[in-house]
Amino acid sequence: MSDTKPLPPRATPLQPRRRAIIVGASIGIGAAMARRLALEGYTLALLARQEEMLRGLCAEINTQFNETRAIAYAHDVTDYDSVPALLQRILSDLGGLDLFIYNAGISLPVGLKKFDFEKDHRTIETNLLGALAWLNPVAAMFQSLRSGQIVGLSSVAGERGRVGNPAYNASKAALSCYLEALRNRLSRYGVNVLTVKPGFVDTAMIKDTKGTFWVIPADQAAKDICRAIRKRRQELYTPARWRWVMFIVRNIPSVIFRRLIF
Amino acid sequence: MNTALPYEKLTLLENYGHSLRAPAYLYQPAQVDEIGDIFRFAKQNGLTVTLRGAGRSYNDAALNGGGIVLDLRPVNRILAWDPATGLLQAEPGVTLQQVWQTVLPDGWWPPVVSGTMFTTLGGCLGMNIHGKNNFRMGTLGEHVMEFAILLPTGATLTCSPKKNGDLFRANIGGMGMLGVFTSITLQMKRVHSGLLQVEAWNVPDIKTHLHELEARQDEADYLVGWMDCTASGQGLGRGQLHQANYLSEGADPDARRTMQVGYQTLPARFFGLLPKSILHHCMAPFMNDLGVRITNTVKYLIGRHKSYRQPHTAFHFLLDYIPDWELAYGRGGLIQYQSFIPKETALEIWTEMLGLSQRRGLPSYLGVTKRHRPDNFLLTHAVDGYSLALDFKVTAGKRARLAAMLQEFDRIALEAGGRFYFAKNSETTPETAVRFLGEETVAKFRSLKKRCDPHNLLESDLYRRVFGDA
Repeated sequence: MSDTKPLPPRATPLQPRRRAIIVGASIGIGAAMARRLALEGYTLALLARQEEMLRGLCAEINTQFNETRAIAYAHDVTDYDSVPALLQRILSDLGGLDLFIYNAGISLPVGLKKFDFEKDHRTIETNLLGALAWLNPVAAMFQSLRSGQIVGLSSVAGERGRVGNPAYNASKAALSCYLEALRNRLSRYGVNVLTVKPGFVDTAMIKDTKGTFWVIPADQAAKDICRAIRKRRQELYTPARWRWVMFIVRNIPSVIFRRLIF
Repeated sequence: MNTALPYEKLTLLENYGHSLRAPAYLYQPAQVDEIGDIFRFAKQNGLTVTLRGAGRSYNDAALNGGGIVLDLRPVNRILAWDPATGLLQAEPGVTLQQVWQTVLPDGWWPPVVSGTMFTTLGGCLGMNIHGKNNFRMGTLGEHVMEFAILLPTGATLTCSPKKNGDLFRANIGGMGMLGVFTSITLQMKRVHSGLLQVEAWNVPDIKTHLHELEARQDEADYLVGWMDCTASGQGLGRGQLHQANYLSEGADPDARRTMQVGYQTLPARFFGLLPKSILHHCMAPFMNDLGVRITNTVKYLIGRHKSYRQPHTAFHFLLDYIPDWELAYGRGGLIQYQSFIPKETALEIWTEMLGLSQRRGLPSYLGVTKRHRPDNFLLTHAVDGYSLALDFKVTAGKRARLAAMLQEFDRIALEAGGRFYFAKNSETTPETAVRFLGEETVAKFRSLKKRCDPHNLLESDLYRRVFGDA
């Protein structure tokens, strides 16, 4: 775990500070979100496995604002048991929590004619079980506080099971469904849950993927997500045109869909 | 391995001005014995503990974001009361309301009270409150005969001006950062009536305002001024002063009745009709620059020289007169900025501050003046001079400009030898604290902190803000 000295300054009535956790913050959309939220005045707890990159990002943000605005915590989301104590520590380090973002995710495609339980297992562990390990205590916390916002990075890939990446599709479908259930449980307590469904985003995840299109930079996705957070929206497709594409895809009859090879 | 704390204990706590919120694990021990367990629990979990009474501080004194807050209100037994000597022994959660209701029927009154009766003794002494009689009676701490304190180490100590004197002077006004009061022995003040003789009169400008505060201090038991901070030019610092005096023995023929609790109860309705609980809604439309300017002008213009008798509670507890008055300030709440300025320079300093606030379009909606005298408590805020407490409405659009102006205020006050009060100002920086307290005092407090609380278990957001990491 990273050291956390000096701790970020606490809010005062004239210098209010919102506080956010980003799980999966070292690269890609997570890192872009961190930069944007820091600019909006958030104090951040940034979590990822890759400690060195995380420290670099924190140093960049803290130098830019000339104060501790981001703290690094090395964390593997599959270390489920460590989550409650780490969450407690982050709450104490930041002095509160207003926003929780689960962005950790992996995609381990298997060949069209192959099956690989080990890869599927790892995918489900990071994309789904890691999310549940965090979302449970965070939801309990926000429910008690009757405030807060949860953001889950799901994917358009969770809307149909496709031939190329079954476990990834399943993990994101389950995550979207779980987030919807959380929303239904927590909205009555004043807690907002935002499900983000990006299309293809220019990150390490898609660098070996063929047939990508409408690829947007990670910062573009981060910008859309930050706007959706401000507006306390419940669901976001980024870029927006995926909403209509997925409407069509969701309604393609199975008799056709199972003959497609994407 | 840490064990996570129960999330259902997490509570979003607020300051008195509703201008700051922070989540904390809220523990409400029913008796003193449970406090030690909570310290051990906090240490095991790597968390800090903040003590909280009635939550009547305007800043972050009773907030501890992400940590444990120990709400001591349930520890509220009056342990002993002796009507012959006026000595009261009580637990820290006892409120001033409980105290006056216990002692007044026997002909006594708390020697120093705050503007609300709902504050707890622990909170009052943690901040070493002053009242409208500071120039005469000093702070509440000056009337403490003895207290027992539980240190985070588990040790208990008894302190009085003579026994463990350094801890006595540091723990009173020590923001609850050294230990927990478990029992407090206070000397009450003898009174011969439930009424006070009150005189009210207008003062046309700041010079007269301060001059009158000075001139009346020899004859008054209580003195307080209201300042219209929206008035400018010749009327800058105009307002209304209130002086109150105890009645001498025999002056109140009905003393036995006026000292009864029922006689002192504040009315629940305004003009016998309007429930007071809705009054703050009626005030809200006027809580803007124009509304306050009009209200203040009318209040000043209709102000006449008056002399009347008033129950103690009606004179002292103005903040309780309109329940939830602070909600009238709207969503952003309010902050209070109070500066204590030596008498020689107060006129010049406050003329500058009021002028600055008006030029910047950030007038205070309420100004309150008092006369003070120095005391020998370690983190004292008092001076041989005056205090001016200014209420400001907090809105999103004004925050940055207000913050910049209060920094200017700090600079102006510090140059004049001014001091500040840890229960009120919300933006005091460590640099400002060191400037007015002195490096030696801060070092001494830190050394006592290390002695009483070697693991820094007691920390509040206020302590972290003002004393930082050291």
